[in-house]
Amino acid sequence: MDITMILVVVLVLFVGYVFTTYNSLVTLKNRIKEAFSQIDVQLKRRVDLIPNLIETVKGYAKHEKTVFENVTKARSALMGATTKQAKSDADNMLTDALKSLFAVAEAYPELKASENFSQLQRQLEDTEDKIAYSRQFYNSNVLDYNNKIQTVPSSIIASMFGFKEEAFFEATEAERNNVKVAFD
Amino acid sequence: MTTHSQVSGNKVKTYLIMFFFVAFVSFFFYLIGKNLGDSTFYLIFGLVFSLISSVGSFYYSDKIVLAMSGAKPADKKTYFDLYTVTENMAIAAGVPMPRVYVIEDNAMNAFATGRDPQHAVVVATTGILQKLNRAELEGVIAHELSHIKNYDIRLMAVVTVLVGTVVFVADWITRSFMWGGVRDSDDDSASGKASFILFIIFLFITPIIATLIQLAVSRRREYLADASGALLNRNPDALADALLKISGDSKILSKASNATAHLFIENPFKKDVKKTSFVAGLFSTHPPVEERIRLLREM
Repeated sequence: MDITMILVVVLVLFVGYVFTTYNSLVTLKNRIKEAFSQIDVQLKRRVDLIPNLIETVKGYAKHEKTVFENVTKARSALMGATTKQAKSDADNMLTDALKSLFAVAEAYPELKASENFSQLQRQLEDTEDKIAYSRQFYNSNVLDYNNKIQTVPSSIIASMFGFKEEAFFEATEAERNNVKVAFD
Repeated sequence: MTTHSQVSGNKVKTYLIMFFFVAFVSFFFYLIGKNLGDSTFYLIFGLVFSLISSVGSFYYSDKIVLAMSGAKPADKKTYFDLYTVTENMAIAAGVPMPRVYVIEDNAMNAFATGRDPQHAVVVATTGILQKLNRAELEGVIAHELSHIKNYDIRLMAVVTVLVGTVVFVADWITRSFMWGGVRDSDDDSASGKASFILFIIFLFITPIIATLIQLAVSRRREYLADASGALLNRNPDALADALLKISGDSKILSKASNATAHLFIENPFKKDVKKTSFVAGLFSTHPPVEERIRLLREM
């Protein structure tokens, strides 16, 4: 076998490797995009539930103005957020605001007894679970992608074609605890 | 990752089982036919019958299993926790939302079935829904979602239907020859044939059932589903608590049979109950629950 033959085989193998690596990077990147749109769906659901919740709570606890203001502010921040980071921050803000809303609700037994309120609370808790799980799924996809970009030899091809690291969608420490509490 | 090898292993095993089932049943019918003098007819009958049942078991196993267990579709309003928890675990696993069914029974149990994640069903008894809290239910459903993701459901569903078919046919042949045997008791050759066929049944069908169940039920499969389930809800203690409650509950699921036993999250017959069938005694379908709980606590 002469040397050119060997070179041709090596070249073909190399090109094949570049193609498959490039394709798998694109696939992983698309998966991240898809996973993020899942988070978006759940964030939207959460945003949609809030006006109803505020109306219900207002019916029993008119005077807790600051709490309502905080929730509304966080809600519109989340609605207006366009970047991943902004969405993540606004969502965390909303979580904190809602927590104080539910803390306030504790002081109004009639509100707590209302069927409408408890149903909204269940739905909201479920949506928070859904956000947490879609974020978890998103982050595990980001992890797969980032690992591929950072490890040799796929890192060489990634940098050749300008694939950049993706950011995780982080939860605050408080919210992570909140997810566990919400089950009980 | 072990789940990848688990998926391809399950797919290969499913096709192997279908192949061997067809081969065994055809050969079995061929032997009967040879004894009765018309081997070609019986061979073809056996071949067609086994092909139809194995292909049918592949495509319709979920419907058959659901019918066998008497499950009904669950709506979101009535079964809010079950429905939403299944939604959530599907989100975490990145698989489409499976259909959700409920069995009206006070016994605590759950299973998943179907041929792939796109055609999957999650089933829970009303008993398990009443006695578990949301977190524990989530642990159970996460375990089931792992079975779906790992293609355990395809293998288990095909085995369920094929074992069911074998048991049914064995039952039917045994019975028909018993009747035949009584009628022709003065004819020596007929009763000789009858006992010969009964002999063949026990010689061939028992190992078929045994192998099928053994292939479908490995302790590793349950442990792996426990572990990858915990990776979904990030709360192994929830499943451990649920298993503790389930194993402490003594109610027996009335709709479970030997063919469906291995599907459930916990053995539906419970330990101290002796089933009349020889199959149940030969094979324990689930790893010891104490061991599963111990491993989950250590995660």
